[in-house]
Amino acid sequence: MDLNFSAEEIAFRDEVRAFIDANYPKHLKGKVLREDLSKEDFLAWHKILGKKGWAAPAWPKEYGGTGWTATQRYIWLEENARGETIPPLPFGVSMVGPVIYTFGTPEQKERFLPGILSGDVWWAQGYSEPGAGSDLASLKTRAVREGDHYVVNGQKTWTTLGQHADWGFFLVRTDTSAKAQEGISFLLLDMKSPGVSVRPIKLLDGGHEVNDVFLENVKVPVDQRIHDENKGWTCAKFLLAHERAGIAGVARSKRNVERLKSIAKAEIGDDGKPLSEGEDFQRKLAQLEIDLSALEMTELRVLARESAGKGPGPESSLLKIRGTEIQQRLTELTLEAVGNYAQPFPRGLGSNEFPVGPDYSGAAAPIYFNWRKASIYGGSNEIQRNIIAKMVLGL
Amino acid sequence: MNFDYTDEQNMLRDSIAKWAAGQYDFEKRRAALASEDAWKTNWATFAELGLLAAPLPEDFGGLGGGAIDISVVTEEFGKALVVEPYVPTVVLGGGALKYAGSDAQKDEHLNAIASGERIIAFAQAEPKSRWALHDVTTIAKKDGAGYVLNGHKAVVLGAPQADHLLVSARTAGGQRDAKGVSLFLIPKNAHGVSTRDYPTMDGTRAAEVYFENVSVGAANLIGETDNALPLIERIVDEANAAYCSEAVGCMRMMTTSTQEYAKQRKQFGKAIAEFQVIQHRLVDMFMATEESYSMALRATIKLGESDTERARAVSAAKVSIGNASRFVGQAAVQIHGGMGVTDEMRVGHYFKRTTMLDATFGNVDTHLKRYAALSAKAA
Repeated sequence: MDLNFSAEEIAFRDEVRAFIDANYPKHLKGKVLREDLSKEDFLAWHKILGKKGWAAPAWPKEYGGTGWTATQRYIWLEENARGETIPPLPFGVSMVGPVIYTFGTPEQKERFLPGILSGDVWWAQGYSEPGAGSDLASLKTRAVREGDHYVVNGQKTWTTLGQHADWGFFLVRTDTSAKAQEGISFLLLDMKSPGVSVRPIKLLDGGHEVNDVFLENVKVPVDQRIHDENKGWTCAKFLLAHERAGIAGVARSKRNVERLKSIAKAEIGDDGKPLSEGEDFQRKLAQLEIDLSALEMTELRVLARESAGKGPGPESSLLKIRGTEIQQRLTELTLEAVGNYAQPFPRGLGSNEFPVGPDYSGAAAPIYFNWRKASIYGGSNEIQRNIIAKMVLGL
Repeated sequence: MNFDYTDEQNMLRDSIAKWAAGQYDFEKRRAALASEDAWKTNWATFAELGLLAAPLPEDFGGLGGGAIDISVVTEEFGKALVVEPYVPTVVLGGGALKYAGSDAQKDEHLNAIASGERIIAFAQAEPKSRWALHDVTTIAKKDGAGYVLNGHKAVVLGAPQADHLLVSARTAGGQRDAKGVSLFLIPKNAHGVSTRDYPTMDGTRAAEVYFENVSVGAANLIGETDNALPLIERIVDEANAAYCSEAVGCMRMMTTSTQEYAKQRKQFGKAIAEFQVIQHRLVDMFMATEESYSMALRATIKLGESDTERARAVSAAKVSIGNASRFVGQAAVQIHGGMGVTDEMRVGHYFKRTTMLDATFGNVDTHLKRYAALSAKAA
């Protein structure tokens, strides 16, 4: 057992760090910390990575990925967090891409993977429905086969950044008589198809991040179905397990801990001394760091298993639960650190006014409110506990 | 012992509930938030209902009520998510005048507060003071018979609507000296006063307030020169007690609406309220709310006791309600699922309001330390 990087891995780290330092657009740095990103911002960084061949680090080499080891991918995430870069295009690169290269036909891979890699096609997810959240398998959006296409009707919700989407991947019901999980198919759908409409949902932070998607007699060619008919749940489970692993966000949380420390140095406590010197705050921060270490070490163990060919299984639920709990505590502690300057909330009015209070203060409350989503999305933390109880503990 | 409200207090509660149900439902409130002037109509109603006059002395247009009356008002305001600056005007402004104002000052301002014609905001916090009430760098320099003020006050709640500002300023001593702080009541339109208005996280309004060579007369001084800190401590304790009751109102709504939602929301073929993990969370929310009400009530009743007893009871309530409301707010959002983080569900707005209240006049850490220090001194 050895926790140290090898000489090759250190060289790799230095290479990544130098690349990010030299190529990451400076004007995008603060935007990441404020969690205020446009489609153009995502694409700007994605295209730079694409030129280097690093747009999809986790993908196998044959599909345009890097073929990096799990350790290299870990280093990659660390360095990106350190450089405060924009995360990869979430729904294309991180989600539908792996489903397509794992379950798609050669034609489908050829048709869809290049657009994901280049960033020319923005993807969105059509999973949850108003009546199917935690109980995703109860979804009702119906796809009826008519010759060489399906006719799709239904409503999807919580479609993140769906307002930008060119294409979407949707879970639809193709067999109403089978058991819930067995009658679902995985369809790729052109968002410009007649009958697709997208409606924004405004969130507590005042932002427009998620959407309702309405599907009314949308025609979807059968060759846009991934995997066999009624095998969509297999794709969904595969994707959810991947999503959960990424959801731990260890590298980003480590970066945010550092950021919180710098805020605590700048903030003055009630005793007139820097907050960072106050014992209460020091303890909370120390506890958070320790919990984050436990998560990180556990994630590394899961990664090691994954490199040994044992793909992420139900234990990734642990990473999701602890990762999101830590993310949320970080937002909470940041809010607390900022004190009463957390109260001004000019965001959401669409103004570009200079911030009220220190420049780090304005985003603290919106981010705190917004990140309550983390224990809800990707399968709520209650559901993750059910998964561990059932799949890991056999209860 | 008697935990009953008087008939008058029950009537007060009912009148607010009735008004809120008719004139301040979620949609009307949302419209009011988006409008510059809608609060004026609501404020006029508060005057008509006697809410503004309730705790003020009868000699100056008030109804002679006390802290319990205020807690009845603010708890109902919490349920209705009222954003108008009631506590700044009535509890802080009205309190300072009631306890330390001259008869002339009371006559001029308390009558106007009671009739709805005077809105006061408390310009107390500063950019680097956090929640330390004695940390004051705004200077009031003696100038003939009057004073000249210079300084910057941070996140002044209700300042956009206010016509007068109650200002803590240093007339002697160093930045963090307890001695040397004085209180002034100044018209917001005085020469040299400027503001930057903005909404806060919960939809209320606040401002940064800047004083640049603002000349005021001795008649603007409230109470004794250099010795305002005990008065400030007192009115802030009273404001915190009122805000604690408001948080209880918010928590009551979060617990009941989450129970309702869990009974209606079906997943896995049954209402999610049938799952034990949800039931236990709902029970914990209920318990937290009941204990919060106890602590708010305790703080309110003890406002009339010695300075130390009053301060300890208020800090105790701020600590337990700060913790409880965070738990209840987060649990309410969680059980509502994705709907809980949307702007369209009321539950998230209660969560925002209690988050705001926790960060008003000291958070859990501030008051835990204050409580411990007061207890150590008393022992």
